[in-house]
Amino acid sequence: MVAALVALVSVPVLAGLALLVAGRSANRIAAPVAICAASVALLLAVLVAIGRPAVSSPLLAGIEAGLAVDGLSAVMVLTVTAVALAVTVFAAAEVDARYRFFGLLLVFVGAMLLTVTATNLLTLLAGWEVMGAMSYALIAHHWRQPRPPESGAVAFLTTRTADLGLYIAAGAALAGGVGGLALAELPAASSGWRDLLTAGVVIAALGKSAQLPFSFWLARAMDGPSPVSALLHSATMVAAGGYLLLRLEPLLAASSWAGTVVAWVGVTSAVLLGAVALAQTDLKQLLAASTCSQIGFIVLAAGVGGTAGGTLQLVAHAVTKSLLFLVAGAWLTALGSKQLPALRGAARRWPLVGLVFAAGALSLAGVPPLSIFFGKEAVLAAAAQASPALYVAGLLGVVVSAAYAAAALAAVVGRPPDDDTLYDTELRGTREIPTLARIPLVPLALAAAVLGSAAEPVRAALDATTEPTPTLTEALLSGAVSVAVVLAVLLPARAALRGDAVLPELPRVVAACARVGPLREWLGLERLAERAVATPTLALARALSVFDARAVDGAVWAGAATVRTAAQLADLRVEAAVSRSVLRLARAAVAMGRLARRPQTGQLHHYYAQAACALAVLALFLLVVR
Amino acid sequence: MLSVLVFAPLSVGLLLLLPRVPDRAVCWTWVVVSAADLALVVGLWIGYDPAAGIGYETNVRWIPTVSSGYHIGVDGLSLPLVAMTSTLFLACAVYSLRQRHRVRAFVLLFLLLQTVSLGLFVALDLILFFVFFDVSIVAMYFIIAGWGHGNARRSALMFFLYTFLGSLVLLLGFIGLYLSAEPKTFDMVQLAAQAPLVGQGVVGGLVLLALVVGLAIKTPTVPFHTWLPPAHSDAPAAGSAILAGVLLKMGTYGFVRIVMPIMPDTWRRYALVIVIVGVVSVIYGALVALAQTDLKRMIAYTSVNHMGYVVLGVGAAGLVAGSEEQARTLAVTGAVTQMVSHGLITGALFLLTGVLYARGGTYDMAAYGGLAGPAPRFGLLFAAAAFASLGLPGFSGFIAEFQIFTGSLDPAPVPTVIAVLGILITAALFLLALQRVFLGGTKAPDGRAVGDVTAVEVSAIAPLVLLALVIGVFPRFLLDVIEPAARAVVELVAR
Repeated sequence: MVAALVALVSVPVLAGLALLVAGRSANRIAAPVAICAASVALLLAVLVAIGRPAVSSPLLAGIEAGLAVDGLSAVMVLTVTAVALAVTVFAAAEVDARYRFFGLLLVFVGAMLLTVTATNLLTLLAGWEVMGAMSYALIAHHWRQPRPPESGAVAFLTTRTADLGLYIAAGAALAGGVGGLALAELPAASSGWRDLLTAGVVIAALGKSAQLPFSFWLARAMDGPSPVSALLHSATMVAAGGYLLLRLEPLLAASSWAGTVVAWVGVTSAVLLGAVALAQTDLKQLLAASTCSQIGFIVLAAGVGGTAGGTLQLVAHAVTKSLLFLVAGAWLTALGSKQLPALRGAARRWPLVGLVFAAGALSLAGVPPLSIFFGKEAVLAAAAQASPALYVAGLLGVVVSAAYAAAALAAVVGRPPDDDTLYDTELRGTREIPTLARIPLVPLALAAAVLGSAAEPVRAALDATTEPTPTLTEALLSGAVSVAVVLAVLLPARAALRGDAVLPELPRVVAACARVGPLREWLGLERLAERAVATPTLALARALSVFDARAVDGAVWAGAATVRTAAQLADLRVEAAVSRSVLRLARAAVAMGRLARRPQTGQLHHYYAQAACALAVLALFLLVVR
Repeated sequence: MLSVLVFAPLSVGLLLLLPRVPDRAVCWTWVVVSAADLALVVGLWIGYDPAAGIGYETNVRWIPTVSSGYHIGVDGLSLPLVAMTSTLFLACAVYSLRQRHRVRAFVLLFLLLQTVSLGLFVALDLILFFVFFDVSIVAMYFIIAGWGHGNARRSALMFFLYTFLGSLVLLLGFIGLYLSAEPKTFDMVQLAAQAPLVGQGVVGGLVLLALVVGLAIKTPTVPFHTWLPPAHSDAPAAGSAILAGVLLKMGTYGFVRIVMPIMPDTWRRYALVIVIVGVVSVIYGALVALAQTDLKRMIAYTSVNHMGYVVLGVGAAGLVAGSEEQARTLAVTGAVTQMVSHGLITGALFLLTGVLYARGGTYDMAAYGGLAGPAPRFGLLFAAAAFASLGLPGFSGFIAEFQIFTGSLDPAPVPTVIAVLGILITAALFLLALQRVFLGGTKAPDGRAVGDVTAVEVSAIAPLVLLALVIGVFPRFLLDVIEPAARAVVELVAR
């Protein structure tokens, strides 16, 4: 069973690396290999979900690499592998450069599986960061165009900014006395360090799950291929943020502020990004914003201690959103556009695909008895117990969600346009949806419809039977609100269901919201990040570079130049002077020599005279001295 | 045994001086010698017991008048660096198989450099250390000046004078240690046991200053780093790889081998200064690297950033008060791991820039674009090395940096929080470089056709990346060796 757990992570990673290393020659076998690996992973996930193994081995001093499957992890590995398999099958019908795409996808899935089975911060961070890097490469899949690599970089750098929180959290855990960094022991850290630890974890989770203020990276992530969006936005990446908060709910609960902050960030994201979704005229952008909004409910759940509700919401959202993104991708490939006006009638053109999209959209709208309704209900019940204000804000989120989901649905029903002028704006459409691409849609749609019934098993798996369950009044209220909003949006389009009415290009609510600039522009967050962080950093970098060349290097050269100048000075002035004085000395010596030669006449009487003079001088000297 | 390891490359190099050895034979001789050296290191590694402290020790009289001996040996600090050095030299030997220009002198200089690099890491005597330290500068000077490009002579001269000045300052520090010891000795083991300058405020401070400045120039840390970018951008690829991979480590190795064990008291007193120098190097190096348009200069500046983490780690280990020993041990282990990791990864990156230069004749990133199209394997290798360098988990850099951060946060919270930003800036600059050179529309200088990496280039570079991957996933074999030595250093500093 331990082997199954290790294989669960390593099979996708190794298969992915093998594809990447094999290169273009593996293009033909990439999809089958990926489908096989994903199927094996699903099988292994079932095994470990039943067997609940745990394994660890020493990695650093006192910090082990640990994997384990408990209730929450069991739910997560099943969700991740199931969605990954569906997306892989769909992608087999879609993408190019397959060795690279499937290679990266498998490593990405393996990293997510590592994240959700990790038992300590080190192991979790490893999976967490690899997932971010793979998301960069996947978003940048179409690397010949300028925008996708840039979008990948925005996504990776934004999430990595938040990830720094985990690095700091690890240090804080160690300093706070949790030497092994075990997730389960983090709440026991000493109080000062625990606050830093909690803050780090919360920032990392909010970044990964694209909550405010980090949401903008998710908009840029849309530049990746649709299967990537389907995976990124459902069971992986954004889900990892939600998972981390659910996993560390005891840590949030142990601090006085974290739960409240997290809950309010979550519910604010649910409402505001829901409004952003309403203002989008591009289906993938609408779905992207809706992801932030729906993940907001998971974050809210973690903040108010509703882990079972949050987990249910995570699972329900994962299947629903992967379904919706895959359908959006299928339409994009077929019609060459994802703009809402161009998608009018797409649901009617391919009825089966239209039907599953409707199922997904209604689930997203929170219409009972589809899955997300139950997820949100459970979250709201926990919120109601924590604070009435949170509950009311959550209800507002329900209203917005119902509105954008219904708007997406309203946009694709009706009669297809008579001409092709709106099509092929983004790529050349194939006008068909291959069977292989349809296969995974049906099980996902079924799951999106019925997973609400998993509420009790999830509670049991998480051992969270004491968590509040929704009361009948709450359920009726929220269900009625959702249905009412959906009807309000869809009724104007009801004639379209018969297929003969001419509808406005955009659902009215979208048309109205799209006029609000900040909503259309994702609250201007990307521009804010660019102006407040990226541009100043680059400017600082350039300034420092100039400083480095002029001042630091300049100082070194100035030092060298000073030495040289000193040398030249020495050469010209000192050296010449010294040399002159030496010469003078020499000349003086010569002169003295000549002088000294003069008495040497060789005549004896001269010498006597000299001796007499010398004696006289000596005598005089003695007289004076005495 | 160890002496054979150290002097084998030089002896074989001298044999190559015999006339009439063809160039290809000279190249292959270098490969064979390096491979044999590496095999020897693997043997030493297997036979080394980490718990035993110094292994394979040799101590013979050399200059008895100043109590300086030929004292060599390896422990958990030096063995990983010796192994990394051998690996990197082998990679450079393989990479240089295509060398055509004055081959014999080139190979001879590298073999000399290999001997002095290995010798420096195994030296346990300050004079011996200093000799190897200085000869490495001389050999590298000739490599840059003789086989460089661009403004090679000027860069080489600057490199030589700057680092030579550093070595003289270092020598002053060594003499300070010698004079303060009783009995007077240059032997590192005896000096560490004596800890001669404990309690001598001003003198200790001055000796520490000399040692730290000397080593900081070699490392290099801000503000002593400006010799590095020109030296790198004008050096031949293999020279850059050795310069960044091995020669820079001589500086940081000096901290853990000499300064920390011999001057624990003074190190603790000035540890905060060291930490600050480290953090400034991390952030400053990363930011200046971000602004570069020349790929090789950019990678050179990331070395300043990466060495900054090492300095942060060893500095944090000196902040003993109020921090856990586990944290400080992690920091030192991380610092040593980072030396190994940076050697492998930056070595690979510099060889890869050599590949780029061989294709396009320039390092200017603006001259290239979309190379992933015509050269997919080159792109994959560069991407792997770049992600390894930005500290992606799964590669050795993560293991090193995670330990440094996690271990340093407890002793030095604020500096560490600032330093963590370094990995974000590094991520940005590597993504930017990837984007400029490898992604987008295909472009090359003068419309040249860019060929993919050759088999020789792959067999030189891929093993380095692969080794970084192995250390990143299964680090125990390395950490089992480093940890006891790191713990010993931490205990010595705390005494």
